[in-house]
Amino acid sequence: MAIKKIVSTPDETVADISDGATIMMGGFGHAVDRPQNLIKALAKKGVKNLTIISNSAGVAGKLGIGSLGGKPFIDEEVLIENGQVKKVICSVPASLVMSKPNAFERLYKEGKIELEYVPQGTLVERIRAGGAGLGGFYTPTGVGTLIEKGKEKRTIDGKEMIFEFSLKADYAFIRAYKADTMGNLIYKGIMRSFNAVMPQAVRVAIVEVEEIVETGGLDPEIIITPGIFVDRIVKIPREGSS
Amino acid sequence: MKERLSREVIALRAAKEFFDGAVVNLGGGVPTLAANFVPEGRTVIFHTENGALGFGPVPSGESEAQPHWMGANGLPFLPLPGMCFFHHADSFAMIRGGHIDITVLGALQVSEKGDLANWTFPERGVGNIGGAMDLAFCCKRVIVAMEHTTPKGELKILKECIYPITAPRCVSLIVTDVAVITVSKAGLVLEEVAPGWTAEEVQALTGPKLLVARGMKEMQL
Repeated sequence: MAIKKIVSTPDETVADISDGATIMMGGFGHAVDRPQNLIKALAKKGVKNLTIISNSAGVAGKLGIGSLGGKPFIDEEVLIENGQVKKVICSVPASLVMSKPNAFERLYKEGKIELEYVPQGTLVERIRAGGAGLGGFYTPTGVGTLIEKGKEKRTIDGKEMIFEFSLKADYAFIRAYKADTMGNLIYKGIMRSFNAVMPQAVRVAIVEVEEIVETGGLDPEIIITPGIFVDRIVKIPREGSS
Repeated sequence: MKERLSREVIALRAAKEFFDGAVVNLGGGVPTLAANFVPEGRTVIFHTENGALGFGPVPSGESEAQPHWMGANGLPFLPLPGMCFFHHADSFAMIRGGHIDITVLGALQVSEKGDLANWTFPERGVGNIGGAMDLAFCCKRVIVAMEHTTPKGELKILKECIYPITAPRCVSLIVTDVAVITVSKAGLVLEEVAPGWTAEEVQALTGPKLLVARGMKEMQL
């Protein structure tokens, strides 16, 4: 059986994404963990009414926080500025520097974009649960705060907890270090973050990598994301965003 | 106006709470600085929620910095033997699962009962919860390291938090530029004052009534 997951350009990997899609975007917020080239391709494509599930709503790239030498990088902010995003589900929506508001804050104050606040640990677990075929879970995080509003409560082991539903999406944009042609992935340093959790929770997982090797080219003992979770792989173009 | 301690000295005092072998997560701002003041002879395993454990200090020069070695504070870190990496679901399993001994967080407000507010205030209209809620709810010990009042002189230690809270009844110790205060069932206990400060002077900058510890002393720095 021929497995064909390699796509030649970022533009081709996003070609079938249409208006109204829900997309998970990997990484924590550093230049090296964000799927910058896939985001750039989606901005170029210009589809609208997107729902983004990510740790942030694009809060660090323009400021160059989380890249060596403070070099700016691409994140969700380019899509939000473009007016492509309807809703963001995240834990960090606002600029990391209060005096420099990001595109999300400006649109949010005008009522032009929706937000679902999710504590970071709850966010990743909702995604993990989605990928694992679960409906949700109970967590202590958020009890007695704004987060508990409207949520089912239950006392487990003497601790009050709230129920959080799992999350799934149409697509995931992932950044990894190396892939083999089967789609097996390895990461480097802090790159795993949300990248190694999201591919499981979506219909189509698209991955940008620094290097693609032949099947058998990765030591099976060190593979982090098994290839069956991965649908499309593109090598970061040499002139691309790293 | 009396002299207050610098941000570095607040961090230094907070770091004295790190016991040998402690697993510690540091929030942004003043808490980040505590990494530089681990007491001599103690080994501390630092955790960062973006997926690293057991890493070293911020490199002094750009040349040693690696883009794949960075903490949640956006700063690079140096490797240490035994360092490891993991994904976010594992990272928060460490936090929620009670595997982090101490977190040091900044605060906008702290209440008499140990409620913490540190993610937003109404004028901003939006805020960043990030990992702070999971840390505040689930770490074994929550230490707040902050300036005692706002730059405008408004009180930050209050009877009740006015701002939306991050977690209720989570803070056990408050280290500021004028005092060290423990949160007890009976109320806030003034344990230490900054050099040259009196209990009355600290009380004047604090909302709720402070109980003065029997052995109250000057902060040892």
